[in-house]
Amino acid sequence: MNRLFRTLNKKALIKAIIAAVLVIALVLVGSRNLQNFDPALIAYLIGTIFAVFGIAYRYSIWLQRPPTRLYWRRSMQFLFSRHFIPYFLRSLRLFFRNIMFQRFLVYRGRRRWIGHFLLATGCMLAFAITIPLTFGWIHFILKPGDDTTYYAYLFGFEAGSFALGSTLAFIAFHGLVWCSVLVTVGAVIMMKRRFTNGGLIATQTFGNDWLPLILLIAISLTGLGISYDYTFLGGKTYQFMAVTHAITVILFLVWLPFGKFFHIFQRLAQLGANLYKKEGSRRGMAVCPHTKKEFAAQIHVDDLKKVTEKLGFNFGKEDGTSHLDLSPEGKRSALARAHFEARKESGHFFG
Amino acid sequence: MPVTDYHQEMAFFVDMQRCIGCHACEMACAECETNGQESMIHVNYVNRAESVQTTVQVCMHCEDPACANVCPADAIHKDEFGVVHSANTSRCIGCSNCVLACPFGVPKKMEEAELMMKCNMCYDRTSAGKKPMCATVCPSQALFYGTREEIERMRPDSVPVNSFKFGKEEVNTKVSIMMPKGTHQLIVG
Ligand code: SF4
Ligand code: SF4
Repeated sequence: MNRLFRTLNKKALIKAIIAAVLVIALVLVGSRNLQNFDPALIAYLIGTIFAVFGIAYRYSIWLQRPPTRLYWRRSMQFLFSRHFIPYFLRSLRLFFRNIMFQRFLVYRGRRRWIGHFLLATGCMLAFAITIPLTFGWIHFILKPGDDTTYYAYLFGFEAGSFALGSTLAFIAFHGLVWCSVLVTVGAVIMMKRRFTNGGLIATQTFGNDWLPLILLIAISLTGLGISYDYTFLGGKTYQFMAVTHAITVILFLVWLPFGKFFHIFQRLAQLGANLYKKEGSRRGMAVCPHTKKEFAAQIHVDDLKKVTEKLGFNFGKEDGTSHLDLSPEGKRSALARAHFEARKESGHFFG
Repeated sequence: MPVTDYHQEMAFFVDMQRCIGCHACEMACAECETNGQESMIHVNYVNRAESVQTTVQVCMHCEDPACANVCPADAIHKDEFGVVHSANTSRCIGCSNCVLACPFGVPKKMEEAELMMKCNMCYDRTSAGKKPMCATVCPSQALFYGTREEIERMRPDSVPVNSFKFGKEEVNTKVSIMMPKGTHQLIVG
């Protein structure tokens, strides 16, 4: 235990604690001092707080690595520059395009995008529904004397109402059912690829590639089970369905910071990388001394020299230039030339 | 899960001096199932204005890969066989750090897909005991995959070298290049 504490990263720990406390505060404020909090959801709440703690901890450690730190600092510096408005709009557009809709995946394969989009949309919608419910931000009541209208309360304020049995009520109360269907269809499409694509079969692992899909399907099916139970079985199997669903969801939440699902949060860095490239090329491109062509932003090459140095690599040459000044093609040619010279010196080009 | 049968006694030997620039390896590389029909191997003229010399470059699978070190997304992983894998597709954010930091000029950035891809020595094949695609088609044996004894028999005047010097940095790799006897390191400059 002592060792565990010693190996904990203090900076990250502080941030993680702050994040977790913030969530608790949001729950207290949003649910009006737990007045509107649903105690049946306490296990989910604890799972969520743990997930927030874990994600903040890992994110913070991640940001401490030299290349990540650099990207983070540069993204912030470029975003909050005098180009704030165009860069903010650009990032916003890319947020919708690449994070919400994951459009870049189309270029990795159309079916792959469809699968991932369904799965991700199902998950995001489910979070949008369950988090406010779990935090006690939203709750529904029937008012005395009126048992045909449902009233929705947001942060304790009346936010709307709908008639019981109306289409709106049907859509709203089955929101998670639709999410489950999206996630299941998406996960099955993604699974099929893993059965048929030779490259994936060779490189996939159970824990990283199969388990996340299995877990998502398990969450969806047990969730659908709850609906099935109250719609068709009159609540006879409610206990079983509710417990299995809670177990799968809590497993998901607890695993969120560690496993494959952490990529959801890492993906945001793509926006920063894009901004970096954009501002970098605006400031000027690096020209390869070998090919004489532009190949990357100069700031990127210069930043990488610093990052590699911090990581213990020294590609600097005696004359003050660096191997990293060369473009990828220039580097390949430099190696081929050195090889040629060595062969020439030995007196035999082949052997 | 597939059964892995990686033959550790097999190794990759490159002799760029033998490359005739036929691009056969490039076509073969696109057949590798791990890269989804994209060719990862590089064949290019060394200096077209001066000569017709071409060079061929596969990933050298560095012992301490610069590409993995500079990756902000922890997307590049070296496995227990020393194979440095292509970017993890769910993590890679397409920043190109690896493309610019690799001393051998290996990784490729697929711009639209926001993904880095590179040679993983045909992991679908090598992990099943087969040879990488490029090495099976190279007509001049600039690319050779086999045992150390085989290459020593075939090239009695050369030695495999897997140590390089780029600037002040020494880079050791899993893949070797064939050099004149008595050489221990290729100093690139
Ligand atoms: S040769 Fe380049 S891409 Fe291959 S492992 Fe080394 S640094 Fe990475
Ligand atoms: S392009 Fe992808 S694999 Fe390469 S350094 Fe960036 S995130 Fe890592």
